[in-house]
Amino acid sequence: MSRLKRLFHQFGSPPWFYRFSGKLVPWLWVAFALLAAWGLYRGLVVAPADYQQGESVRIMYIHVPSAWMSWMVYAVMAGFGICALVWRVRVAEILMISSAPVGAAFTLVTLVSGSLWGRPTWGTYWVWDARLTSELVLLFLYLGVIGLYNAFDEPRKAARAASLLAIVGLVNLPIIHYSVNWWNTLHQPASIGLDGSSIHPSMLWPLLIMAAATKFYYGACLLTRARNRLLEQDRGKRWAREALAEGGR
Amino acid sequence: MNATVTTPPGKAIGPIFRRDLKLAFRRRSEILQPLIFLCVVVSLFPLGVSPAPERLATMAQGVIWIAALLATVLSLDTFFRDDWEDGSIEQWAVSGHSLALIAVARAAAHWLVAGLPIVLLSPLLATWMQLPGEGVPVLAATLALGTPVLALVGAIGSALTVGARRGGQLLSLLVFPLYVPVLIMATGATGAAVDGLPYNGQLGLMAAMLVAAVTLAPFAIAAALRLSLE
Repeated sequence: MSRLKRLFHQFGSPPWFYRFSGKLVPWLWVAFALLAAWGLYRGLVVAPADYQQGESVRIMYIHVPSAWMSWMVYAVMAGFGICALVWRVRVAEILMISSAPVGAAFTLVTLVSGSLWGRPTWGTYWVWDARLTSELVLLFLYLGVIGLYNAFDEPRKAARAASLLAIVGLVNLPIIHYSVNWWNTLHQPASIGLDGSSIHPSMLWPLLIMAAATKFYYGACLLTRARNRLLEQDRGKRWAREALAEGGR
Repeated sequence: MNATVTTPPGKAIGPIFRRDLKLAFRRRSEILQPLIFLCVVVSLFPLGVSPAPERLATMAQGVIWIAALLATVLSLDTFFRDDWEDGSIEQWAVSGHSLALIAVARAAAHWLVAGLPIVLLSPLLATWMQLPGEGVPVLAATLALGTPVLALVGAIGSALTVGARRGGQLLSLLVFPLYVPVLIMATGATGAAVDGLPYNGQLGLMAAMLVAAVTLAPFAIAAALRLSLE
């Protein structure tokens, strides 16, 4: 058996996953805390205020990384959903459904921070702008996945139904995104693309650090949630009782 | 597996299509209720907003389309429920026929009794909402292209929630976000026609959505139906 294939099977085994992720989680939290502290310091203290937006531009250091994460988490969640449906890996089911609340939280943070930023800048908390609307639709998609999961009693069946919905949503997201864009837009175009950025480095760096920090936050939060869910579902099994006897490690 | 299948997989389409139509025409009130609902919802807008023709005309296509979305979801709530309760879905799954093709047959029959009447009713609704004459044929065209998409996408949601608790309430949360592109394109096309602008771009995109829904949704419906049997 090749190493890759063995790794794949190991990840599918709940006890192995539980032990492995238990070693990983503290490091992820530490990496998140350090990066977030550094990024927030550079963003809130060091970086200059914008000559047009003033101090409110600092909301961007939270808003933009969460907006990136809200889309990325959905894609990752649907990826876990594909693994759950195709190979019936139980750990993938658990990772999929554990992603949903984190992604929904990022979406909510994006919406709230965006509307707080919009009040001084655009003069209103909410406009039916294309990006705001697709973010709102994304939040509804997350809530649909969570709602569908909670509507079943049997957790494995619930996770597979939610996975299928996440995949349907993933196919639809580009269509929703472009149709909403065509419908109405006054949002500024993306400032950072693959071919360079129109932001000054003093503002770009804290943004990128915060973007990295949110990735670690997602990893840490996802694994912590997945471990708890796994322990809860397997509480009658021997490995789970042994893990609990050792203090949950 | 192959030995048990004596007929080609597509053979089930015709009988299921006819069975659904027959069932629908024996329970006429179930066909009529979403349509009456549609008319009632549309008629509430002049009462709630304003009877002034110019105000109604500016939102006519949006109101008619949103009412059509609501009526579709209302009619889809029970799309697979009876079949799930009496074990028909199980029989389809073990029959060796393609579940995706069965889903197409059912969605087509459902559209004939639930979607096509909305298209036929649209001139009446347009008159109520004072939609200018240029918009009426385009509104009917968008409904003709859009309601099959609503039925197919809604059938995915219906199949997913068939075994769930409180499936009906959940269904609207699941499918309304997915209906956003159809709504935008349909009202955009009608609005453009009223303003005398070209609207074939939006209609083309709606046709593309219909093709995508007809080709992709049946597989999702089949997968969801299989999940409901686990």
